[in-house]
Amino acid sequence: MRATLRVRRYDPETQPTPTYKEYPVDLPQYGTVLDGLLDVRDRQDGTLSLRCSCRSAICGSCSMRINGEARLACKTLVNKIASPGETITVEPMGNMPVIKDLVADMTLFWDKVRAVEPYLQPVGPAPEREYLVSNEAMERLTVAMNCIMCGACVSDCTVLEVDKTFLGPAALAKAYRFVDDPRDGRKMERLEKYTQTSGIWDCTRCNMCVQVCPKGVAPMERIMQVRSMAMEAGFNKTRGARHASAFAEIVKESGRLDEMGLALKTYGFFKAGFTLTGIGLRAFFRNKLPPLFHRPIATAENVRRLFRRLGV
Amino acid sequence: MRYAFWPGCVSRGGCPELYPAALAVAEKVGLDLVELDQATCTGAGVIGERSEELVDALNARTFAMAEQLGLDTIMTICSTCQGVMSSVNYRLRENPAYREKINGHLRDEGLSYKGTVRVTHMMWALVEELGLEKLANLVTHPLRGVKVAPFYGCYILRPRYVLGFDEHPHRREYLERIIEVLGAEAVDYSGKWRCCGFPIMTINESNGLRMVANHTLEAKQKGAHVLVTPCPLCHLNLDEFQPRAAGQAGRPINLPVLHLPQLIGAAIGFNAKVLGLRRHIVSTEPFIQMTGIPRG
Repeated sequence: MRATLRVRRYDPETQPTPTYKEYPVDLPQYGTVLDGLLDVRDRQDGTLSLRCSCRSAICGSCSMRINGEARLACKTLVNKIASPGETITVEPMGNMPVIKDLVADMTLFWDKVRAVEPYLQPVGPAPEREYLVSNEAMERLTVAMNCIMCGACVSDCTVLEVDKTFLGPAALAKAYRFVDDPRDGRKMERLEKYTQTSGIWDCTRCNMCVQVCPKGVAPMERIMQVRSMAMEAGFNKTRGARHASAFAEIVKESGRLDEMGLALKTYGFFKAGFTLTGIGLRAFFRNKLPPLFHRPIATAENVRRLFRRLGV
Repeated sequence: MRYAFWPGCVSRGGCPELYPAALAVAEKVGLDLVELDQATCTGAGVIGERSEELVDALNARTFAMAEQLGLDTIMTICSTCQGVMSSVNYRLRENPAYREKINGHLRDEGLSYKGTVRVTHMMWALVEELGLEKLANLVTHPLRGVKVAPFYGCYILRPRYVLGFDEHPHRREYLERIIEVLGAEAVDYSGKWRCCGFPIMTINESNGLRMVANHTLEAKQKGAHVLVTPCPLCHLNLDEFQPRAAGQAGRPINLPVLHLPQLIGAAIGFNAKVLGLRRHIVSTEPFIQMTGIPRG
């Protein structure tokens, strides 16, 4: 199949700004974007830089943005994303500096993974033989263990775009993998650490990492699991935990969301006044202040029973 | 076209202008809506932080109510409701054993979800079921000369496998198609598929405000006169918090943010009053003047 690869070329040492260069490629039916790029490098332009190794979606080296979305080039079939003759745009991963062309500097990625202490920390004397754990306990972790550290989720994370201090999806999915491992002995310390600023509560739940992860790790869902574990373990003082609890309480009581009540419960009365008065006044003058008195739905008692039944 | 209708909490709470505008447009274009008045909040992604099973039960309850009315499609006007309901429906339809477990929680109320419901958003229904040609025929006040920046909201875009993108791969271009059918011009910019920042406003406000400023300023820089969104939560952040985002960014923004039914309503003959265009934080006056729609 014929296609055109429009590749972002950039050498920060010699170029003031990136440029885009188009390369025609002719690939077999099951050709991947990586096949195309290697063809370009071998036959058309030997100066093109990219990372790759296994060509089978295992090593995690060839993450890049393809048509604006982070993907493994070796797992992306050209005929799945373009019609014959169409142009495919290939760029380096986002949220990271570019070393050259399609090669991103992953230092920040590794720093974040290291920051969550991604290794087992058992306490107490080691057992005489191997640790025994239930299949069920390990099954829960396998999804997170599928991570190949390719960086796709970090590339497209919408929070990292505005705040480089956020621990980010890959590191926090790894955090889940250890905090929920029955062999680990530092669950409470870990949860305390992950609930701090730049941790689990800073995720904006945009689903970007769920969409781009090539291995189904769904990092955001792992982050939600850590939030759940943190609240259950009693780390309830953060604004995020208070927001989640207040939200559930309000819907439990009335079946519907009451935005006024949510603000008051999340911030506390005085802090809500301080933080939200400006917003509230503007809304008042535009006749769009949420109702002051929130009415429950007629079947609210059934809803309450459902919440109680499920332990919330 | 008859739908079980779930308007969501925010369309009558923080964005009270959305509900009447959506109802007016639905009636005019011929979407017959039966409101689910005993449905609950979908959980908005927040209750799931406490218990996913509870979220599944709450939404299964809503789906069962639609089935009881003999309706096979639930229509929302909120990207967030859309995303949560679609995820839950995916889990319940894929896994009948799990659905039965969830039905066990609903038994006290005499409800049971058989797995027959489809979830759609007004934006999808207009393109896929009404059809853009019919919508075009209803346009009486084409929005000529208006440049509109589309802003979708995360939950109507991702994850694609729960949102029916295999069957409808162009769902992330519908806003642009609608904008053009209304006679306006769609502005392309990188923020249109990103996050508005609303879910972190209570947690890390400065990050949320940065998202608001980035997207609105980029849209303006690309020439947008207004921004349009099918999600009231995005609207809350992009409109209500825009002045604060401008303060943080240190420059004025003043980009009017419309709900999708308001933009459509303006083109098919409704006045600014019916559409609630004066119930916005960022003034929509430039839009009213440009289009010359009646004030009402």
